[in-house]
Amino acid sequence: MNLGPHAAFIVGSYAAAIAIVAGLIAWIAIDHRAQKRRLETLEARGVTRRSERAS
Amino acid sequence: MPIVDLANPSRFLALTARLMPWLIGATVLAFAVGLVMVKGAPDDYQQGATVKIMFIHVPSAWLAMGIWALMAIATFGTLVWRHPLADVAAKAAAPIGAAFTALCLITGMLWGRPMWGTYWVWDARLTSVLVLFLMYLGVIALWRTVEDPSRAARAAAILTLVGALNLPIIKWSVDWWNTLHQPASVVRLAGPAIHPTILMPLLAMAVAFLLLMVTLHLAAMRNEILRRRVRTLMLMQAQAAPGSAS
Amino acid sequence: MSALAALFVREVRLAVRVGGGGGIGALFFLIVVVLTPFAIGPDLALLARIGPAILWLGALLASLLTLDRLLTADLEDGSLDLILMSDTPLELAVAAKAFAHWITTGLPLVVITPLLGLLLNLDAGASAAVALTLFAGTPALTFIGAIGAALSVTLRRGGLLLAVLVLPLTVPVLIFGVAASNAAIVGPVPFGTPFTILCALTLASLVVGTFAAAAALRQGME
Repeated sequence: MNLGPHAAFIVGSYAAAIAIVAGLIAWIAIDHRAQKRRLETLEARGVTRRSERAS
Repeated sequence: MPIVDLANPSRFLALTARLMPWLIGATVLAFAVGLVMVKGAPDDYQQGATVKIMFIHVPSAWLAMGIWALMAIATFGTLVWRHPLADVAAKAAAPIGAAFTALCLITGMLWGRPMWGTYWVWDARLTSVLVLFLMYLGVIALWRTVEDPSRAARAAAILTLVGALNLPIIKWSVDWWNTLHQPASVVRLAGPAIHPTILMPLLAMAVAFLLLMVTLHLAAMRNEILRRRVRTLMLMQAQAAPGSAS
Repeated sequence: MSALAALFVREVRLAVRVGGGGGIGALFFLIVVVLTPFAIGPDLALLARIGPAILWLGALLASLLTLDRLLTADLEDGSLDLILMSDTPLELAVAAKAFAHWITTGLPLVVITPLLGLLLNLDAGASAAVALTLFAGTPALTFIGAIGAALSVTLRRGGLLLAVLVLPLTVPVLIFGVAASNAAIVGPVPFGTPFTILCALTLASLVVGTFAAAAALRQGME
């Protein structure tokens, strides 16, 4: 594929897209892990929600 | 399953967990198809190969506007029914919208350098997208400043609605102020002016970006629900701690 | 005297007495205009060309700076709760407060504009045009700003947030305010076109600002 004289700008655009999407995915994945871990720690300490305590 | 069930956060989490692998698969597939079509797309007779930047620039611009619309729709859930899931949807959408707006600006600048000879021109469309970006940052700042989630949701909802009213006015003012860009050429009553060999890859990439947005938004909503659970549990723990009144 | 008139008179009195800070916005405006030539140089031709823009930017920043006075003091001394509990519709009370705020902080900016125009080498006609556009446009700034003030009043550190929330929304007012001033001075657009749009923006913001600020206050104070 010949990108012509402005190849750097085209590659740069796609690289920016990849970087931003990767950043979003990383943020969501790290956040997910962190919240899961905190939830588990709290549950291990015996703190539960009302709906779960009733069962 | 009735639609009311979806409004229950636990059901929402269960449904999201079941849906997520399919959504991720569909997104990856859509990007594979889209990128192959982009690779096969011919160069523009004027802009040469740089037209390839359009295949990310235009879908991110659509998402930048679409996500604000999504937040505006979610505000009705917040302000009218006071539904927590609508708050969660609005909050999770804001950073994603800001990210796609930033991507639209960055690709626009990288496209502008070879086409206009400079990274930034105060062209009408770039400028309105920049104002949109500032407003996304404002909403995020508001979410991050108010401690109580449901109060933050209502404050952000009012700002989002005012923004939704104001954004068309800003767009129109900026157009009036300076028009350098090409006129809108995809959505026209007479049919698209873009040649199908360019339009089809563009639409394929738009579908891929839309799927990506839906996947990210659902995942971010799931995180937000978990964050609220953690918050509730910590508050309960603090109340139950020895030495407190109850 | 009706409750609204009483509220209006109270606001004006509070703003003009000692410690009210009604004139500080105008002083800030003066200082911004005085600082500009130090930044861009004393070239009179250049100053005359960008004069309307400097005046509009200064007025925008000055009206923004005084905005946290709109509600903060009332929150601190509890009168905001009384206003919320009274029989008067909150929308009308907010409109009366914002109007009084404009009288005491926006109008002085308009009044001193011809004086500042002299510093920027604007001729009498140009100064009058800028003052007229500011007269038509500053109410929009106050009422849009009222939304931000209502959103951030219950936050402890709302000042900077207020500016971040409000400034993007003022873009159309700034565009048409400066456009109308320049149209009157150099053309080529007739003065009426941007000026009528500026008036339309102001009228729209009177409505949207009032209702949005009242809604924001209700949710913030409950």
